[in-house]
Amino acid sequence: MAEGQGDFVIRVRNLVNAFGSQVIHDGVDLDVRRGEVIGVVGGSGTGKSVMLRTVVGLNRPVSGSIEVLGRDVLHLNDDERHELETQWGVLFQDGALFSSLTVAQNIEVPLKEDLKLSERLMAEISACKIGMVGLPPEAADKFPSQLSGGMRKRAGLARALALDPQILFLDEPTAGLDPIAAAAFDQLIKDLQSSLGLTVFIVTHDLDSLFAICDRVAVLVDKKMKVGTLEEHLKDNHPWIHSYFHGPRGRAAQPAEMH
Amino acid sequence: MAPAATILASEEDGATVYRAEGEWLVVTAAQLDRRLRDLDMPQDRQVTVDLSGVDRLDSTGAWLLLRTEHELAARGNQVALANLQARFAPLLEQVRSRGVTEPVPHPVPPHHTFIGFLARVGMVTMLLANRVYHILGFTGLVTVTFLRLLRQPRRLRLVATLVQMEVVGLDAMPIVGLLSFLIGVVMAYQGADQLRRFGAEIYTVNLLGISILRELGVLLSAIIIAGRSGSAFTAQIGTMQVNEEIDALRTLGLDPVEVLVLPRLIGLGLTLPLLVFYADFMGILGGALMSWLVLDINIPNFLTQLQTAVTTTTLWVGVVKAPFFASIIALVGCFEGLNVTRSAESVGRLTTQSVVESIFFVIVTDAAFSIVFSMLKV
Repeated sequence: MAEGQGDFVIRVRNLVNAFGSQVIHDGVDLDVRRGEVIGVVGGSGTGKSVMLRTVVGLNRPVSGSIEVLGRDVLHLNDDERHELETQWGVLFQDGALFSSLTVAQNIEVPLKEDLKLSERLMAEISACKIGMVGLPPEAADKFPSQLSGGMRKRAGLARALALDPQILFLDEPTAGLDPIAAAAFDQLIKDLQSSLGLTVFIVTHDLDSLFAICDRVAVLVDKKMKVGTLEEHLKDNHPWIHSYFHGPRGRAAQPAEMH
Repeated sequence: MAPAATILASEEDGATVYRAEGEWLVVTAAQLDRRLRDLDMPQDRQVTVDLSGVDRLDSTGAWLLLRTEHELAARGNQVALANLQARFAPLLEQVRSRGVTEPVPHPVPPHHTFIGFLARVGMVTMLLANRVYHILGFTGLVTVTFLRLLRQPRRLRLVATLVQMEVVGLDAMPIVGLLSFLIGVVMAYQGADQLRRFGAEIYTVNLLGISILRELGVLLSAIIIAGRSGSAFTAQIGTMQVNEEIDALRTLGLDPVEVLVLPRLIGLGLTLPLLVFYADFMGILGGALMSWLVLDINIPNFLTQLQTAVTTTTLWVGVVKAPFFASIIALVGCFEGLNVTRSAESVGRLTTQSVVESIFFVIVTDAAFSIVFSMLKV
């Protein structure tokens, strides 16, 4: 496995997505470097979530190529696909926890699949993950319906991290959280990212998150993607990008030194 | 090559040294865990855990290291983790600061004891009683709303009611017809087989006429409709409940009972009797065809015998039950739908419950009707 800085863990080339006659993405290119946090933003209906779903193989594109960790996602046999799926973790919008299982059992689902761990070790690992995402130990035996939205997201994150993946995909991780919980979640992702060396692909609407944790930002405009650092986007003259970053909310979210 | 990891123990200068080596990852956790459990841990010694041989580390590996440190310290040892590669230090710290908690022992389900069993029986009984109480309450509420509707007929949602009649009645005709026809065929065949032994084949017609008209037609239709439409009522209203649509109706000044429950109740109440009549017809038709094929009773003979066997009362005894069964199915279906909490999971659970409850109440009511009819000698 290739290690080191600067190599790309996700390479998307000339991606085209369409539902019926409605084209969502028309020739999207994206490179994600190992160990960086990339934020994907765009207006409603520009296909941010579709982009994430396409990269993890839940949505089949019309054309284009997607490489994750050097492997072509669109042409994998079942074994290769399974192998790749253990290398990434996905956090869906509302956690997507299995409602009939407790939090601990949810985290154990990926562990049970092919690792042959003892019951005790699985309980220990799930307790460790529960601690790492900042949930109280008692949360282990609760069902998703007994948790608040923020706790469900943390539990979903714990499940996504169960196999210690290299890449973490987050779909609107702070949507629906109060500002304090959202800031805490941002900090959590940042901490985990730096200590676990994760590459994080984050779809978000939340400008505060972008400024707090993203190294680079990919903006979906005109069915294409514009990738750059925040400083570059702040200077961009494209009308949507300009009003996104320089609108009242964008201005409020910027750290003081960028004004 | 599959990743490998191990830990080796040795003695150096009066201290115990553990050397951790290889790839301490979640994929090697099972083998590491066995190895660590096999270690013969010393007591009250100086222990150094040398981590220089660790090539890769993830949070599970880090947790296993920290667990080992914790267990060694618990035996009174002086523990030092040494020579960790610098790039793993933040991970170890992260896990140490947030992740080192002993797993909480899972609580033993209380119903595994005898007292727990009794408590469970009591709880289920209370729940059932509570449920019946609430269904009765709901029936009262719907009745009051229905009476208000009778005073002000303009409040009836005519289009919604007609749509329900189409969906629960007209659209159910193929399946109700087919199943009744087949039940008629089976009854005729089985009846003929038994009665032939007494030379009483012709009474197959009586058997068919009475059983289908009095019981089978109406029961079969009610059970199919409970499975088909009762469940749909619960699922539709339940999904609306999850989406807060019911709350939206209330805030708009609309009464959910009037808007959602009454069209279903009236629609089903009007169409189920018609469906029962149709099911009776199809059942008799199936029986007649089978009698013709197996017993050589042709259709005119069949009809003559049928006339001596049954009267219009026999038909009415069956059909009169239909509005009652329809009310049960609609009330239970809507009641369970309105009971849905805001989780999608409860929609599934209550839909199942609604079908089971409505079939149960239909059969109980049918038994009650039998008793009443036998007292009335019809």
